[in-house]
Amino acid sequence: MERNIRMKLLYFAWIRSKIGVAEEHLDLPSDVTDVAGLVAWLKARGPRYADALASPKALRVAVNQTYVGWDHPVRAQDEIALFPPVTGG
Amino acid sequence: MIRVQPEDFDVGHEIALLTRGNNSIGGVACFIGLVRDLAGEQAIGAMTLEHYPGMTERELARIEDEALRRWPAVVASLIVHRHGRLQPGDRIVLVATASAHRAAAFEACAFLVDYLKTKAPFWKQEETPEGARWVAADARDDDAAKRWTTD
Repeated sequence: MERNIRMKLLYFAWIRSKIGVAEEHLDLPSDVTDVAGLVAWLKARGPRYADALASPKALRVAVNQTYVGWDHPVRAQDEIALFPPVTGG
Repeated sequence: MIRVQPEDFDVGHEIALLTRGNNSIGGVACFIGLVRDLAGEQAIGAMTLEHYPGMTERELARIEDEALRRWPAVVASLIVHRHGRLQPGDRIVLVATASAHRAAAFEACAFLVDYLKTKAPFWKQEETPEGARWVAADARDDDAAKRWTTD
């Protein structure tokens, strides 16, 4: 029996605008184990995702509210945020 | 101390609170960020600051901890950052650092501003005559933050 991983995804700024939702909860296939795999899987979900996530240089990722790199593991119950480089201050 | 809020703040009041009861403080350095009415050649009507509730506070606290670790002479610090819709001339952010002598306060204040601009999860969307647009990150901010990298 395949065991799915369910997690909370958050999108901000123009990545949110392009994808069209701010938050979603998705069941991910068990072969998605890290951030790079997650982004690749999301891009395959449709043209809105592919467009929003097209440029790795314009993408920052936080797992459980901490910045992580592309090889960081993703797990059940994680809160994963995808957003462009920040522009506050 | 960290605060993230839609409301404006009173700089004099905040600094009075920061230093109250600590007469070892000889100076306070502060930075106040304001909304400009121009971005390049483009007139800006207003802007909206979006942020990531939860991570914003965590990241600002982490940056503040790092400043206090690097400059132990800083005895009090404050970051207040607004979110929501702001008009040109409005205050966006206040960073204040206090120490017995000015050098640590100046340096820690500059460090905090440079780091929060590249790490704190805020995004500005500007309203222009041609419509709303997201502000692009400025490579100069990355360069400013890099000067504090020691390794």
